This record gives sequence, structure tokens and C-alpha cells, in this order.
Amino acid sequence: MGDDLQRIIDAVREAAATGVPLAIRGGGTKDFLGERIIGTPLEIGGHAGIVDYDPSELVVTARAGTPLAELEALLASRGQMLAFEPPHFAPGGTVGGAVAAGLAGPRRASAGGVRDFVLGASIVSGGGELLRFGGRVMKNVAGYDVSRLLCGSLGVLGPIVEVSLKVLPKPALERTLEYELDAPAAVAAFNRAARQPLPVSATSWCAGRARIRLSGAPAAVESARHVLGGREVESGDAAAWWEALRHHRAPLLAARTPLWRVVVPATAPLLPLETPELVEWAGALRWCRAGEDGAAVRARARAAGGAAALWHGPAGSRMFDDLPAAALAIHRRLKASFDPAAIFNRGRLDPGL
Amino acid sequence: MIPAPRDDILAALRACLPGDALLTEQAELAPYECDGLSALARRPLAVALPKTEAEVVAVLACCRRFDVPVVARGAGTGLSGGALPHPEGVVLSLARLNRILAIDAAAGTARVEPGVRNLALSEAAAPHGLYYAPDPSSQIACTIGGNVAENSGGVHCLKYGLTLHNVVGVRGYTSDGDELVLGAGAPDGPGLDLLPIVIGSEGMLLVLVEVTVRLLPRPPLARVAMASFPDVGRACDAVAQIIAAGIVPAGLEMMDRGAAAAVEPFCGAGYDLDAAAILLVESDGTPAEVEDEIARVGAIVRAAGASAVRVSRDEAERIRLWSGRKNAFPAAGRISPDYYCMDGTIPRKHLARMLDAIAAMAGRYGLRCINVFHAGDGNLHPLILFDANAPGEWPRAEAFGAEILELCVELGGTITGEHGVGEEKLGSMCVQFSPAERGVFLAVKAAFDPAGILNPGKVIPTLHRCAEYGRMRVHRGATPFAHLERF
Repeated sequence: MGDDLQRIIDAVREAAATGVPLAIRGGGTKDFLGERIIGTPLEIGGHAGIVDYDPSELVVTARAGTPLAELEALLASRGQMLAFEPPHFAPGGTVGGAVAAGLAGPRRASAGGVRDFVLGASIVSGGGELLRFGGRVMKNVAGYDVSRLLCGSLGVLGPIVEVSLKVLPKPALERTLEYELDAPAAVAAFNRAARQPLPVSATSWCAGRARIRLSGAPAAVESARHVLGGREVESGDAAAWWEALRHHRAPLLAARTPLWRVVVPATAPLLPLETPELVEWAGALRWCRAGEDGAAVRARARAAGGAAALWHGPAGSRMFDDLPAAALAIHRRLKASFDPAAIFNRGRLDPGL
Repeated sequence: MIPAPRDDILAALRACLPGDALLTEQAELAPYECDGLSALARRPLAVALPKTEAEVVAVLACCRRFDVPVVARGAGTGLSGGALPHPEGVVLSLARLNRILAIDAAAGTARVEPGVRNLALSEAAAPHGLYYAPDPSSQIACTIGGNVAENSGGVHCLKYGLTLHNVVGVRGYTSDGDELVLGAGAPDGPGLDLLPIVIGSEGMLLVLVEVTVRLLPRPPLARVAMASFPDVGRACDAVAQIIAAGIVPAGLEMMDRGAAAAVEPFCGAGYDLDAAAILLVESDGTPAEVEDEIARVGAIVRAAGASAVRVSRDEAERIRLWSGRKNAFPAAGRISPDYYCMDGTIPRKHLARMLDAIAAMAGRYGLRCINVFHAGDGNLHPLILFDANAPGEWPRAEAFGAEILELCVELGGTITGEHGVGEEKLGSMCVQFSPAERGVFLAVKAAFDPAGILNPGKVIPTLHRCAEYGRMRVHRGATPFAHLERF
């Protein structure tokens, strides 16, 4: 066992004994995410390094503190990638942080989310024990799928110390097409494209411009380009645009003014009062500035079958919506069993946890 | 708690179901005494066959009141005894909840009841140019609810994913009668993502009444290439080289000589019976894309040492080439009175080593074993052939299987890739997970099902069970895990 893992385990045991809450921290690039952060920082960043990578297995295993940039550079050197395109926000973001945050990038609608690529994970329990779930293989149904439960858990079940991820080959060719459309027409076009067997890997609408990214075998991309028409965006500009969206560096996403992240079914009608300023994921992810009345924004998102999160809000505001009572009861029981002393990221995912 | 009298329980169940929806006579219970793993069988107290959600809720409430175990069941095609009845429990068959509630072609989703058959869903979606991707070999009979319970796979998982990747939401009831809605149209939401823990939970956390699945556009064309190899090692190398070349085929399957010989007379697929291993590689997409990919695959397999390559010329030939692979299990039943299907997964690079080890074990246990596997994702299905009527053969087959699974764990893999733990692999769970990890599984179960009535006794072995398993393995003198803690 590495020294740094032992340090983490010792810190957890001490916190469990004293009841002092811990704030789990990797690269410290996502402090804005979730509800308030309380507790003594438990640094995971030092527990870093690639444990196993064999490109022909399509699996990589890394310690949680491994910088995402380092991992992705290694994959790229072998023509592979993390298909869920986790946002880095800033340099220093870690693999463990990406899994705990559970955020996916522009490829979400076509390739899947973080949990679709997590094959296994190790955590330190509230009792200071190292626990491994899942594994390093593609198919594994032994026991409950705890490693995927950790995706988006924001650390409330315990610090993730190692993860195994499925990786995919980088597409041979990418092309981005552009259209002048208003938001409803763009979402309708994205939905139509998604119904066809086309290699659409990302969509966006912003300021009257809809963009569709195609990724895959050259033959498939070329024939899709013919089917979809539109104007081709110069490849450098296109790459910069998708990178900016992915890493939340687009001006709209980066500005620290009130911003709502509304996630609904892709085909949900756009509401006139909340014309989004940016749409991704074929219409399922809508970023909005409007909506002084937060309760109404949340209620409308719920009515559409989704949820609104106040991504950047005034100090002290809640980010996430309330959980339904039956789900919250299960959350509380899970929290109590993983973390009996309630030391891990108290309240960060939900005030009740 | 003193168990309620049997008659009281049955009277209460009768009160919440129509007359034809409760089976209690021994002859009626017999078809429900096992699932697809017929070596494990026992009869339940009763079988409930509700037709509506309200009836499901009423049966659950009744079982909760009397503290009676509930074993949910779909088509009963599972291969690990997951739907094996509890002797004092009720089998809750969801087979009559078989309506497709909605197909939303614009969103590419379908909302279905759990008893809808896997293939029926793809057939219903076909007029929209859509299909449901996971295709376990039992797809003609197995239900979507059962697929969710087991996180079923199929031959196209490498590219299109497991049930987990194709189910976007479920609605169901906890044993307390609380309705739980997890996931559905929106890609994410607040709180923990409970959906992946319910998928593959083998009916132990939630009784499902509705499943929302993702439907995919049917690719315009699919073709399959069949490559023959003079030895298994070269076939395994070819698999690694296809993946390393950046190709993710729609299907990547392997069969050994024994499996090909078993299925050929049955299916007439045209398999090369002189080959030590046959590789099936499917490519799908636009015609140009398929042509290009098949050409690349052909070059790779030839360079890896394939002695012959045949590519399907039309859809009929493609289906024929797959028919042997998809019918491997029934074919095993034709060449042997009984067979025991295993389901371990290992890192792909160890495939050749694993097959050598299985051949050595077959000699040691005195039983034949044929092999089919999802080579693309390292998921093996050794089929151990035995005769249940020959004294000692079933215990030998069971021990053979357990040894294969122990080697899977040793090679960095898992004891089940897609068939589930059920009752069958309780012993092997002791090899893969520490007592603390098994404790987490128990806690997850208790978080959803505090009463502990949903499919109790499956998946998570007790400490006692693991101690027994440990003793049994030591007794045989075969303890590849001498370093592991034993109880």
C-alpha cells in the first residue's frame, strides 16, 4: 500500500474517531460544485499515477489524484480518449474528481455519461477500510454496481482512491456543420439527426447558430455531411468551440453571474419565458440566465421531466433541487452505512446528507 | 416473529388478486420451481401473476404484512438461479405486465412494462427504424424486467453497451410500498444516481413496474466476417490487434472447435470444423463504412494467421453465420444430457491462458467442456457437459465451474459478466469480495429493502456460507487463494 493511501486511511480513521468532518479535495478545481463545503481538507491529489493501461484492453486504471490532463495525454498518445469528455474547469483537475463530480461533456448525448464508462472503483469507507467494487473488465455483474453509484456522489459516500475506466479509440475524422437557426428549430433539427444512423457526436446552439459535430470513420462522416448539409466550420475554430464548451470556458459558462443549468428530456419544448442562451446534448442541456424566481425555474424543469440547478448563484444559495422523500430516505440510509460518523463532504450533495 | 399460518397468507393474497392470478397447487407450482439453471429447484408457497400495477402493489403490501419473501420473476430464462423460489415465499411473476406503454420515436425511447419480451420490443420499434440494442441469446423469451435485474448483455455489447447503457429509467416499488422513479428522459438529476445500483440488482432492491429504454436507429447495413484459426492463441492475438487498430466492431465473438462441432449439425451455419477457433466479427454502418471496416478487419486477421476468411454476402448469410453462435447453449443440450454454462470475464489478454487452463481442468474433472465467448469484452461462456443422472457428475461439474471462476478472479476478472450471481455463485462471491465489501452490499440492500423480503438470500453470501465454501475448497486440496482471509 502506498504511503499516500495510508495517509488518507489514517486521516479518515482519525476523523471517524473524533467526528471532525472532512472536505475531500483533489485538484481543487470544482469548489463551486454542490452545496456548501465544510470540514478539514482531505487532500487526495498526492495519491496519483497510472496503475495499469493496456490499449488493446480499452481499459485504464489510475489513482484518484492523477491529473486528468496527464491521463488524457497518455490515452491520446495511443489514439484513445475518455469518451465522456469530462470538463477540466482549470488545470489540475483529477480523475477522482471527475468521477465524483459525474459531469460529462459535449459527447454526453451520443456516447453516454461518466457512469457509462466507469468499470470499477476503490474507496475508503467511513471506518477507514479500503473497499474495491467493479473491476478492470467490460462486463461485470458480481454484486451491486457500487462503483457507478459513486459517479456524481460528490464524495458523500467516501473518498474515491482509484478508478478503472473504459476508453475508446479517437475518431478518425471530425467535421462540424453550422446552421443559422433559432433555438426551437435547432433543437428540432438535433432531434431529427439523432433519430438517424448518423455519427453525430455533439450538438450546440448559441446566439442563432446551431452546430453539429460528426465523428467517426471517414466514410460515415462524409456521407453524414452530405445528408445533413449546412456550412462546414473550419476545423481549428470547431475544435476550439467544442473544447470551450467542454471545459466550461465559453464566456457564458465561465462568468460568475447567476446561471441555471437545466437538464430535461431532449424533446421537451422550449419555454418562452426561459429562452436558453446555450443548448447542448441535442436539446437536453439548457443554460439560462433568466429566472429571478428560482422556485419557478425549478418547478418548470420538474414539470418537463428534468431538474434545474443554480450553477452559479448568489452566495448561500442552494445549487440542486430537493430530492423526493422516498429517494431521500434511501440516500440517508446509504450515507449512514458508508459513512456512519458522517464525516465525508457533509451536506455537499444535499443538505440532508 | 412467529410465521403467520400458511392459510392466512394465502387468503390475504387471494383477496388482492383475481382467481386465475394465484397458483398454490403443487402441480401448478412445478413450472416455477427453477429458472434457466435447472440444477437448482424448489417450490414456493405460491405464485402470484398480477396483471396490473395495483395488483403488484397489493401483493407486495400483503407480503410485507406477513413478512413473506418475494421473488420477482420475468420469463425464468436466467442462468444463475436468481429467480429460484424461496420455500416460504411468493414468486411474483411480472410476465403478465407485458404492455409497451409508449414508443417515442422523436426522443428515441420506449416506456414498457417489465414483462415485455426483449425481441418484442425491437419488433415494435422496427416500423420507426429503431431497435433495442442488448440482445441476450434468450431474447426471444426473456423480458426487459429480467434484463434489468441481471444487467444482461448479448453479442453486441462491445459497441452498444449492456442493459445499463440502454435503460434510461425505471419506476418501481420498495418493499415498504414507496414508489421510486429513477432516471428517464433527462440525462442527469439531483442526488445520487441510484439507477445503476438497481440495474443488475437481481430483484433484491425494487420491484419494477415500468422501464424506459433507449432505442437506436437501425444501421443501414451489417455484415459479418468469419475467420478460421489453426490455434486459439492466434485468434486471441487477432482480437487484440483489431481493438488496437482503433476498430470497435459491432460484434466480436469466438468459438472453439468443440463448440463449432456442436452447433454445426444443428444450425448448418457453414463453420470451418477444421479450425481450432472461429472468430466472428460484425461491422455495421453505412455501406462505405462497412466495406472499409471489413477490409481492415480482413487484413488484420489474415496477418494474425487466419487460415480462411469468409464475409457474409447478404442478410440471410449474416443471420446464418450468427445462428450457430446464438444457439450454442441449446446445441450443447443436443450433444450432452446436461450442460452447465459458466459466465466469467477476464482481461482479454489472458484468453489463451484461460482456455489452456480450462482444457487441463476438463481432463482433471473427467468432463468435456466447449467454449463460446464474447471475445471483444473478455466474457467467457464455457459449457461444461455432464449427465445429471450419472452419480457424482453434477458435483464435479459444479466444482469445475467454481475453479474456472476462481481463475477468472486470479487473472483480474470477475465471476459473472452478464448472468448474475443468483444462488449459483454465492460461494464464488466469497473469493471476489472481502467481508467488508460484502457488508456494503448488505447495507445497500437494507437501504432499499429494510424489511429484507425482496429475493432474500441471493447474491450476497453469509459469513457462514463463505466459511463453508472455504472448507470445501481446502478439502479438495485446491486453494489457489491461500493468502486470502478465510472464515
